[in-house]
Amino acid sequence: MRNIWAILLRELKVYFASPIAYVFTAVFLIVSGFFFWSILQMFNTWCMQAMQYPQYAGQLNINEMVIRPLLQNMSVVFLMIIPFLTMRLFSDERRTGTDELLLTSPITMNQIILGKFFGALSVVVVMLLLTGLYPLFAFQYSSPELGPVMSGYLGLVLLAACFIPIGLLCSALTENQIVAAVLTFGCLLLLWVIGWSAESAGYMTREIIRYLSLTDHLEDLAKGVIDTKDIVFYLSFSAMGLFLTKMALESRRWR
Amino acid sequence: MIEVENLGKKYGNNFAVRNLNFSVKKGEILGFLGPNGAGKTTTMRILTCYLPATEGSARVAGFDVFKEGLQVRKRIGYLPENSPLYREMSVTSFLDFITRIKGVPRRKRKDRIASVLDRCKIDEVKNRLIQHLSKGYRQRVGLAAALIHDPEVLILDEPTIGLDPKQIIEIRELIKSLAGDHTVILSTHILPEVTQTCQRVVIINEGKVVAEDTFEKLQERLRKAERLSVRVKRDSSIVPQKLASIGGVVSVAPIDAAPGGYIVESTLGADVREEVARIVAQENWGLLEMKPMVMSLEDVFLKLTTEEEGIPSNQES
Ligand SMILES: Nc1ncnc2c1ncn2[C@@H]1O[C@H](COP(=O)(O)OP(=O)(O)OP(=O)(O)O)[C@@H](O)[C@H]1O
Ligand SMILES: [Mg+2]
Repeated sequence: MRNIWAILLRELKVYFASPIAYVFTAVFLIVSGFFFWSILQMFNTWCMQAMQYPQYAGQLNINEMVIRPLLQNMSVVFLMIIPFLTMRLFSDERRTGTDELLLTSPITMNQIILGKFFGALSVVVVMLLLTGLYPLFAFQYSSPELGPVMSGYLGLVLLAACFIPIGLLCSALTENQIVAAVLTFGCLLLLWVIGWSAESAGYMTREIIRYLSLTDHLEDLAKGVIDTKDIVFYLSFSAMGLFLTKMALESRRWR
Repeated sequence: MIEVENLGKKYGNNFAVRNLNFSVKKGEILGFLGPNGAGKTTTMRILTCYLPATEGSARVAGFDVFKEGLQVRKRIGYLPENSPLYREMSVTSFLDFITRIKGVPRRKRKDRIASVLDRCKIDEVKNRLIQHLSKGYRQRVGLAAALIHDPEVLILDEPTIGLDPKQIIEIRELIKSLAGDHTVILSTHILPEVTQTCQRVVIINEGKVVAEDTFEKLQERLRKAERLSVRVKRDSSIVPQKLASIGGVVSVAPIDAAPGGYIVESTLGADVREEVARIVAQENWGLLEMKPMVMSLEDVFLKLTTEEEGIPSNQES
């Protein structure tokens, strides 16, 4: 536990001692801020229309029409920035030879992997906390339900917890950060769009693909439904990624 | 303290080291001497559990490096080749990180850091970023990291590389002061380094141990002489007499296994081959074979760096 903490702390120091974390947070805030603003614009026009046709006013819901799309858009932004957040985690250790320091210390591979995983996840959580400003803004002018907002955020953290191990795995496979980032992006994109192919497939395949699609599970959470099935899915997906990372790192030593 | 048995490591299809056998006693400083590519780093990486061995076994402080890696890693301090460091960290925060992953108890951390900063003479750069340090200072930070948890066993891969003569002497003094409480293996391809710091030497070449002994004994074995193996067809008792009378020849000894074979030893620099050939032909003994003998140990020594600029070679301990 103490070892995981040591690794985590070092990763955070590196993130926050260099421009990396700040650039990430700034970009993330600006992009999601832009999404928030444009969604709000749209919502505004709907409200205007609703004033003219009062019979539609009942269908307006700030949770569904503003906060949910906002969270979904943020998950797309994750797709773009997480590869950059995770690319250096193992490839850089390998390139500079510092993995020799870690692996010859009384610390296990699991602890190293978990330390780096939680390090990257903490940066994501910090970014998400800052974007909390946007829903807060919505609370000022309207009265959305708190539950779906919270569960939506939980969903985003879980999503990041699935993305980061993929980044770690790719970073463990190469000494080159750029290769790691591109590889991660490719994998994430593939996982993202796999849901689209579900429509044309047969029933069984469709259900399997649906189950594997990371985004389908997010939808329930964004609606405010916390289903243990979704949470178990995310956690086991994440654990699987971490396990594969460990395999990749171990196998490299045997070569 | 360290026992290595039939250790072998394969990269792809080639063995980098094979059939290594040696041991280090508690409190001893062992020099691991060999030319480039001899397999020094490979062996050290196996001893520090960074690489798994392909065959054989090694024990450090009684623990098997493969099966009980965690126990071994708790007890060793390791300075890897080229001392890799986290360049983006400052010296103190780097050392603090190392104390944590080495499991130094919280209340001892400050003391340990202060002690190695002082011991490795890096106190004046403690707040600098490692990437801004010179090579020599980085090397010392690496050494500080290896010493920080006061390990029983120290494994130092070319600890003085990249240092200036004054620093080399300082670091060697530091290493010597570790003997007794610590068991040290240091690798080098510089001959004077082992004569000055180590009590015993293991010489390896192309992945094999060529010699293992104290340095004085090794030097004895390496008598300063040139040797020639000669074999004649018609042997008689006057053959050694005649050969011994050649100018420059020190001794002539028969080879037991080969009738008519002799080892002719001559003073360094004297080439007696022509004279030997002439006499054999003149006496009509029938020359079968004549070749200079180079011991494999000498071979290795020829490839080592034997002198260092700026450091007096007779600086005895
Ligand atoms: N990762 C690797 N993959 C393939 N071959 C390797 C690898 N590492 C080392 N070797 C080979 O193993 C042999 C021994 O290398 P090693 O680094 O142990 O030598 P060394 O004694 O430390 O040399 P030096 O004095 O140059 O540091 C060399 O022939 C080298 O080419
Ligand atoms: Mg080496």
